Amino acid sequence: MDLKSLTIDTARSAVQKRETTALALVEAHYARIKQEDGQIGAFLTLSKERALEQADRIDRMAAEGKTLPVLGGVPVGIKDVMSTRGVRTTAGSKILEKYIPPYDCTAVTRMEAAGAVVLGKMNCDEFAMGSSNENSAYHPVRNPRDLSRVPGGSSGGSAAAVAADMAVVALGSDTGGSIRQPASFCGVVGLMPTYGRVSRYGLIAFASSLDHIGPLAKTVKDAAIVLRTIAGRDPMDSTSADVPVPDYVAELEKSVRGMKLGVAKEYFGEGLDGEVRQAVERAIDKLKGLGCEIVPVSLPHTPYAIPTYYVIATAEASANLARYDGVRYSYRARGAKTLSEMYRRSRDEGFGAEVKRRIILGTYALSAGYYDAYYLKAQKVRTLLTRDFDEAFRKVEAIVTPTSPTAAFRLGEKSTDPLAMYLADIYTVTADLAGIPGISVPCGETKEKLPIGLQILGKHFEESTILRVAHAYEQA
Amino acid sequence: MKVTDKDVAYVADLANLELTDEERAGMLRDLNSILEYVDRLNELDTSDVPPMAQVSDRYGVDESKQGSARFAYASREDILEGLRKSLPHDEALANAPDADEEFFEVPKVIER
Repeated sequence: MDLKSLTIDTARSAVQKRETTALALVEAHYARIKQEDGQIGAFLTLSKERALEQADRIDRMAAEGKTLPVLGGVPVGIKDVMSTRGVRTTAGSKILEKYIPPYDCTAVTRMEAAGAVVLGKMNCDEFAMGSSNENSAYHPVRNPRDLSRVPGGSSGGSAAAVAADMAVVALGSDTGGSIRQPASFCGVVGLMPTYGRVSRYGLIAFASSLDHIGPLAKTVKDAAIVLRTIAGRDPMDSTSADVPVPDYVAELEKSVRGMKLGVAKEYFGEGLDGEVRQAVERAIDKLKGLGCEIVPVSLPHTPYAIPTYYVIATAEASANLARYDGVRYSYRARGAKTLSEMYRRSRDEGFGAEVKRRIILGTYALSAGYYDAYYLKAQKVRTLLTRDFDEAFRKVEAIVTPTSPTAAFRLGEKSTDPLAMYLADIYTVTADLAGIPGISVPCGETKEKLPIGLQILGKHFEESTILRVAHAYEQA
Repeated sequence: MKVTDKDVAYVADLANLELTDEERAGMLRDLNSILEYVDRLNELDTSDVPPMAQVSDRYGVDESKQGSARFAYASREDILEGLRKSLPHDEALANAPDADEEFFEVPKVIER
């Protein structure tokens, strides 16, 4: 079976027409995982029993001649920060090594209700904190294009699995770039929806005002199908928006002719790799050739995005990660004499270095005497960053930028310098802070054959627009 | 150096982390380097800028209402069983590192 060319539509239609079975698709993917994943490391847990049960359900539907749902029989991967009932969910952390959730994440429920077959749980940076997947407590993920390089992070396993044909699509999460940057590094499509577009219920919280669930896929169309499946109000998440979900797939085919696309000089400054710049400029020329009008816009506060992000994200993380106390469901250190010692030692032994670093930074930013100087200040700059986009979107319908300043870097290259690692997210964090949607679509390769990503940012709830631009670019 | 070793120890204590001496030294170095970078936020005058805590408030708020009624999008009636049934006792205890059939177990809290 040729897994490379398999998309949602080809997989579903082959199962529907009985040219293959959902079971055969699952088995072909598990065979591929067995063959490839030893060196890539994209999966942390396989959910074989659950996958076979679902495949059987889909095959029976097909045999009975029933119309399959949109993801009928499609093998998918789920980032290990999304809870799956009865299937171990670690968030890439040792502190949740044995955690078996008693309930499902809404996005997973919706994927399965649409017929998706969950192959397993994807490796990621611990609690989604990282840009290289080297912060996984289990093992790093390697980039399928070049095993000496990182796949990006934190949804590195999700991106690598799709890139290496070990899943047709995967769900990831994006708090500062964690869907788009690995998509860019691995040469796949990655979509971060508007904040509130997709329910966060069952997503293990990192920074609640910034966390988004979204798809990683081989094509823009597949990303659109998955978004339509998982989007929409969920009473279990009060921040999920009660905004109608359009038919993203039907919208894809609308022309981009005459569309105004913004280009901001702040995204083409110091630190941008020459080859990435060239590829993105060529992509912009191509969009111009498709009839888009390129308009210069200014996002003047962009240089303040990373410091703003690292105050807000760590402050929220320090509060969210307080729940890991070794009592109800997390790792517990043995032999502690007092409750306090048990808490401390469990957290000390259970959390990795980057997670501790962020808890400490976030706790510091929230502590008495520093709250105004750091946390409140960052929240105010968040307003300014959001206003930059409001202003720009008065003139244009979408903004095009590089997804990441460089192509995939080598394992170990940035892992000793936290600040250098944080700067890998320089073009992605601002969209998380403003809550606007963004997509990364492959736009060429470096001389070393490493993928480069084009990022398209849109207005709140205008995923249709950025999907349309990405689709037009991809098809041209 | 803005942050001292004492600050790191204090914050670690607040966060219920212990940290080895080596970890504390690394944390001190990283924290100072990150905070020095964060200090560039002070280049901006934000005295007239309202803080932004949550994206949802941009599109969910009913501006015609006053007070908490503005955030009606995020509230619901209190209901006894919640939106889903509470977990059965055994499921709630299933992930606990230490539990008997009734309770989570922890080291002794009160000395008699």
